[in-house]
Amino acid sequence: MHHSAPPRSRARLIRVAVLAALCGAGAAAQAQGTTADEIAKYRAMLQDGNPAELVAMRGEELWKTPRGPKKATLEQCDLGQGPGKIKGAYAQMPRYFADADTVMDFESRLIWCMDKLQGIPPAEAKKNPFSGAGQRQTDVEAITAFVVEASRGAKIAVPQSHPKEKAAFARGEQLFWQRGGPFDFSCSTCHSRDDQRIRLQELPNLTKQEPARKAFAQWPAYRVSQGALRTMQWRLNDCFRQQRWPYLEFTSPASVDLITFLGVNANGGVMESPAIKR
Amino acid sequence: MNKRTLMAACVAATAGLVLAACSTFTPPTKQETQAVVKSSFSERSIAKLDRLEQNEIQTICSDTRDNPSKEQVAKIEKLATATIRYPADGKFLGDWKAGERVAQSGVGMQWSDNDKTVNGGNCYACHQIDKKEISFGNIGPSLNQYGKLRGNSEPILKYTWGKIWNSHAFTACSQMPRYGDAKILTEQQIRDVMALLLDPASPVNQ
Repeated sequence: MHHSAPPRSRARLIRVAVLAALCGAGAAAQAQGTTADEIAKYRAMLQDGNPAELVAMRGEELWKTPRGPKKATLEQCDLGQGPGKIKGAYAQMPRYFADADTVMDFESRLIWCMDKLQGIPPAEAKKNPFSGAGQRQTDVEAITAFVVEASRGAKIAVPQSHPKEKAAFARGEQLFWQRGGPFDFSCSTCHSRDDQRIRLQELPNLTKQEPARKAFAQWPAYRVSQGALRTMQWRLNDCFRQQRWPYLEFTSPASVDLITFLGVNANGGVMESPAIKR
Repeated sequence: MNKRTLMAACVAATAGLVLAACSTFTPPTKQETQAVVKSSFSERSIAKLDRLEQNEIQTICSDTRDNPSKEQVAKIEKLATATIRYPADGKFLGDWKAGERVAQSGVGMQWSDNDKTVNGGNCYACHQIDKKEISFGNIGPSLNQYGKLRGNSEPILKYTWGKIWNSHAFTACSQMPRYGDAKILTEQQIRDVMALLLDPASPVNQ
């Protein structure tokens, strides 16, 4: 199915660009209520041509190509459903892994598999996980796009059976409400009430099931404004930047705790990632 | 159950003695969560790790999820009121045009900024202010017509200055940053934002 994708996706990319230009011009002329409607329409149209497909294709290559000192592929990586099973796996993470004796989100598990299967040291695999403006997507981003795509349509079922999974959720919930930094911001500042906006950006109330489902279901996502696929780890990292907190380390325990909190709140939702966003 | 007994219980469970003990879950204490949080962040540019140390107001608001008790409200408002510094020269109003620039700017104090970045107030992120700006948030109330509705008597000037300086003085566990107390804006920037809200010539009051 992926073999016919490039020309189709290129045509889609052009369509996306044209739509973006048209909608941008249209929206500016409207009053605010209408602007929100226009943005909703723009987002709906974008779903039809998602450049994330191209990123996922490269991720598939990376997944299946022998790499690292051990010259191994990632195909035997166990994402919780058994070695080599990726269908629906992302929708059931973060989860406890007995071999690592810890709870891992997908991106943490990827770093683990790169280490154990391919012999790539975690410090090296974790270096620069997010692509900069105009840069090519990183390997971590591309592989994440490929794996999350295999969960499209899968029900979100982040487990809470192991005590460490429960502890991760509980810590994530505490951190969600923790105010800090010079601006006194917490996650809850923006994400614990209904119908809130920053400028025109609507903010999901992540303490409620429906908005939490939608948020978890749509990340990783292709960000049109940045021309890049962004992962859940990036999403959290950039929230904390705007919260004026220090730098949230990639795949840090607190990041996994917050993703667990969000994921459990989102249980029962259906994965739509990689989605496409403004 | 502390960690050691839990571990002992799990070892016992592995030996097939008390299987139920392993599924026992003790919620993490605040200290345990804090240790995990502190191990997860690093300093970058101007954003140092001391930002993870909570002050008293942050602690109460976190622990109560922004629902402080009556006693806590009184305590927070007292602490916050004590931080307010009114302008030494008694001049409350600056230039509304400069104030509009402060209200529009959302940069400053992030790890993507540096010590040369001029901090913005990012007021439009949460408030409607000048009607011409249609891209505004709604976490805070609309401030359009702020001065027209209230005038600029001394109590109004002092209240507004204090609200910008440390919002908790009037609303404990407010979501608004402490622009003066936390040194986000300079005194002159606050004067300019004050003018945007209160100067009769400001577009806010047309």
